[in-house]
Amino acid sequence: MSDSTVAVSGAQAEGAHSGHHEHPPYQRHHFETIEQQMDATSFAMWLFLLTEIMFFGGLFTAYLIYRNWYYPAFVAGSHQLNIFWGTANTAVLITSSFTMAMGVWCAQTRRKGGLVLSLCLTLLLGLVFLGIKSIEYSEKIEKHHVPGFHYSLRSFTDPASDPEIYDQYHDKPLALDMARHTEMYFGLYFAMTGMHALHMIIGCAILGYLIFRAQAGDYTTGHVTFVENFGLYWHFVDIIWIFLFPLLYLISRHG
Amino acid sequence: MDHISQVLWQFLEKWLTNFSLYPPEASKIAPQMDALYFFMVLVSLIGLTIVILLVTGFSILYSKKRHPVAVQIEGSTLLEATWTIIPLGLFLIMFVWGALIYFRVYTPPANAMNIYVVGKQWMWKAEHPGGQHEINALHVPTGRPIQLTLISQDVFHSFSIPAFRVKREAIPGRYTSVWFEATKTGTYHLFCTQYCGTNHSAMIGDIVVQTPDEYKKWLQGSTSGMSLAQNGERLFASLSCSACHNGRADARGPALAGVYGSKLTLTNGQSVSVDEAYLREAILNPSEHVTQGYSPIMPTYQGQISEDGVISLVEYIKNLNSNDRVEQTLTTTTLLPESEGKAAAVGTSTGQTSTKQGMVKQ
Amino acid sequence: MSSSTIVSLPDQSTARIPKVNFITKENGLLSWLLTGDHKRIAMLYLASITFFFAIGGALAGLIRLELLTPQSDLMATDTYNKVFTMHGVVMIFLFLVPSVPATLGNFLIPLMIGAKDLALPKINLLSWYLYVAGGILVLYTMAAGGVDTGWTFTTPLSTHYLNTNVLSTGIAIFIAGFSSIFTGLNFIVTIHKMRAPGMTWFRLPLFVWSHYAASILMVLGTPVLAIALVLVILERTMGIGVFDAAKGGDPILFQHLFWFYSHPAVYIMILPGMGVISEVISTFSRKRVFGYTAVAFSSVAIAVFGFFVWEHHMFIMGVSSYSTLVFSLLTMLVAVPSAIKIFNWSFTLYKGSITFETPMLYAFGFMGLFTIGGLTGVFLGTTGTDIHLTETYFIVAHFHFVMVGGMLMAFLSGIHFWWPKMTGRMYPEKISQLAALITFIGFNFTFFPQFILGTLGMPRRYAAYPAEFQVLNVFSTAGATILGVGYLLPILYLTWSLRYGEIAGSNPWQATGLEWQIQSPPLTENFPEIPIVDHDAYDYDWLERKHEREREVTSV
Repeated sequence: MSDSTVAVSGAQAEGAHSGHHEHPPYQRHHFETIEQQMDATSFAMWLFLLTEIMFFGGLFTAYLIYRNWYYPAFVAGSHQLNIFWGTANTAVLITSSFTMAMGVWCAQTRRKGGLVLSLCLTLLLGLVFLGIKSIEYSEKIEKHHVPGFHYSLRSFTDPASDPEIYDQYHDKPLALDMARHTEMYFGLYFAMTGMHALHMIIGCAILGYLIFRAQAGDYTTGHVTFVENFGLYWHFVDIIWIFLFPLLYLISRHG
Repeated sequence: MDHISQVLWQFLEKWLTNFSLYPPEASKIAPQMDALYFFMVLVSLIGLTIVILLVTGFSILYSKKRHPVAVQIEGSTLLEATWTIIPLGLFLIMFVWGALIYFRVYTPPANAMNIYVVGKQWMWKAEHPGGQHEINALHVPTGRPIQLTLISQDVFHSFSIPAFRVKREAIPGRYTSVWFEATKTGTYHLFCTQYCGTNHSAMIGDIVVQTPDEYKKWLQGSTSGMSLAQNGERLFASLSCSACHNGRADARGPALAGVYGSKLTLTNGQSVSVDEAYLREAILNPSEHVTQGYSPIMPTYQGQISEDGVISLVEYIKNLNSNDRVEQTLTTTTLLPESEGKAAAVGTSTGQTSTKQGMVKQ
Repeated sequence: MSSSTIVSLPDQSTARIPKVNFITKENGLLSWLLTGDHKRIAMLYLASITFFFAIGGALAGLIRLELLTPQSDLMATDTYNKVFTMHGVVMIFLFLVPSVPATLGNFLIPLMIGAKDLALPKINLLSWYLYVAGGILVLYTMAAGGVDTGWTFTTPLSTHYLNTNVLSTGIAIFIAGFSSIFTGLNFIVTIHKMRAPGMTWFRLPLFVWSHYAASILMVLGTPVLAIALVLVILERTMGIGVFDAAKGGDPILFQHLFWFYSHPAVYIMILPGMGVISEVISTFSRKRVFGYTAVAFSSVAIAVFGFFVWEHHMFIMGVSSYSTLVFSLLTMLVAVPSAIKIFNWSFTLYKGSITFETPMLYAFGFMGLFTIGGLTGVFLGTTGTDIHLTETYFIVAHFHFVMVGGMLMAFLSGIHFWWPKMTGRMYPEKISQLAALITFIGFNFTFFPQFILGTLGMPRRYAAYPAEFQVLNVFSTAGATILGVGYLLPILYLTWSLRYGEIAGSNPWQATGLEWQIQSPPLTENFPEIPIVDHDAYDYDWLERKHEREREVTSV
């Protein structure tokens, strides 16, 4: 009895592989329809972004707690950030989101040239962002504001020694115990922007791969899910920055 | 064979002489906690018995031999409700009962005698108000509520006395507290139960419960000649705290007499009540704890003073108004000074400043 | 066919394993290492998980040997600390978390819902590679001298006070964590989007429901562990101060972040096991699971409440007393769905037609031990008794009752149950029943004395202990040797059965799941044609009707 079942399904198996229905070449075997494939992959991407929210959520929680506890230190710390570069970077990222959206549109409307161009622009803007970030990081390194590496409190206990910032904000000197907590501010600054930058680097690497495949025409035949999903990722990383920028750079301006 | 049976015999003998199912009840809270514990054991046993009876009963009654064809049953809302509500009700009883005990264990009575305990890798240091220090041991009298104020100098530790059914983590950077009232004299285990590194399992000691008379004798026999408050007084002078906190009209810092237990308004508008934790914070992170009307000029003492030193200072400030807590300082025979001015005078006149280094780095 | 068994095997003299199946489809190591087939990946997982279980088990053996005597005489205390840390890390992150989901779940979810594969086969393979990478880093850690933080990585001990390989372990768990995230993500997408026509949510086998619930926890909980580990790594390398009291940080924050994952993690570990038990109990009592919807929703309830109970690990750490009230209350609520499950399983037996093959024996073992494990969890969730019992051997015993008595029993039950489906061959019944019995006895000997030790106050993670605790520890160690035999036997006879086991045929248990209606081992894409589902799960009448139809076909 069971034997017959085996035999039957075995026989069916022979025929199964030759009898596939018509479907686009980019449809994976295990999906019944292309709609199912697109549905499943974009749902997966949204779930992954949920994971990412939880990941950054831990950092934001830590930031909010300590900001509440050590407000003056966080204000003084944020005054050290370069608002010009921060704003520039925000603009760069928002523009890159626009070019990314253009890319998705080009893929959907099967414009190969437009797609490659948009992706290249997105990659370029991503690299500009990372470049500006590294300028900012090197400023912090010069001023010894990197936690754990000869961290210097001088800008906070004696703000006048740091004329560039002092002329702008006229910060009062912080007491030593509060000044020490600026190290935590910079710790969180590096952790949060560092994790964000890591996401940017991964994004840029994937962009490189996308450009390579787009040039070969892989994404302008109707197979847009990969470009779409990467677009979601890129916008998400952008949104994280949209939260980081005010929290780290702007929110203490009135302090 | 002979050899083996001997080993076995020793083993059995050990078992019979040492076997017990629960530790001695040596504190006031222990029987209360055991009552809940045995209630829960009882409920668990009943629950387990029901499950075992159901499973074995059905297995026998409805084995394939006896019951070759199964009868399909969807389920039963009534039964679902039963086994949702009854366990929930029982769990809620446990929750309320447990919470009552929890609050009792962690809410010390006002008249409790305070003993400080500092945990560090890998030892416990207990400091009695009278200045007696103990390492990996704690002497306490029966019939008197004892509050332990715990802090760690390095990693998390946990102060556990199974015979008293109490336990509290000692955490770096903040005070925690627990209290008990010992009822039976004897020596009991003290364990560090939070994993704290290489010699975690050596961070053990003895809790020695004595009658009040014996305890008094022990206190007298092991006095270091100076109470915690007196020690704090010396520190207060040697760290030049009295330069500002001297109670004079033109003082740059607020007067500290009677500050313990009072309510303060800080410069940031926050209202705080002054307890041990607040005093500790105010010494180590003064800029966030500036009393209204004063300027933030106090330097931080973080890194310059050990946890033991902070404890002495806290104890000194606590006792600055000679309220009833001073009387608990059993061996302190000399009255503590009433004000800082006097304190400074005592501090300098006895020439304690010369021992500054030794005191700070104890 | 004797009346005390439901096993129906094909005629052994003529039966053969189908020539075309997922194992024989392609040959060579590369065809396995680059496969996208969920069944092959499940087999890869099974092999690697067994390997790490063996390592974790050997370390457990060392722990029990050391604890035979009160002194720390077999090894130095820091060696002991490393051994129990590695035992915890290996068993939790490399065995318990992936055990049922990555092997059985991976193998069965597409089969059960009538899909050709998981939605994202490449991601599935990637998650196995991440698991292996994490595992290799753990092995490297061991070779490089180990780590002694305890699997809980308590700060500031792990960040400032230890000179062992905290970094490599942290990175290993970070990587293995992403393996778990991708597995969970894949399951959720698959269950949502890949169900066969007619396979509605309430026709899904409970195994799928419990995996769905566990997957939610994996996807939402694991990233928080990841960020906690990132902060530990940054704290250790840069000293950013977030967990360092000396810099104004709060080590308690780490506890919050860590337990926000690590409490739900125990549900990640146990829920898939509960799914196995539902399948097994239904099959061997020939009955629909009693209160199907209650069991299904209790899984989801566990997943939801499971996220809001983490602070019960911190009752004695000086957190606000009022917050302990909330978390203790929620802990009581999360205990109820487990009770619901136990009672529903018990009543599934009612008026059934029960047989006692090995998977069922393990399932009975699960029910008894998990009941004890669950009830003792209430002792620890109750704030008052938690003060006395936490951080002692009581918690060790509770955890092992749930994880070893519960999860491992369920895992073994499931492995025996689906072994014929996975390999096409039966395991030897008599010796496996003996192994189940040995495991049950050995387990109780090992871990029950630990409840008493904990009540007496013996702290956990002690290399040396007061002499009065020795007798119970000797019992525990003796039990562990029995338990060791119980675990060794299945490894031996299951390997033996790969070659010499009886041919199982497609449905040896006469079970109703879709996976049993296709050949064993299945084809590469499972179903030659996607089935159309027209019946509920555990519909034995449907199976009966199907068999009748088939009999008619063959007689004609």
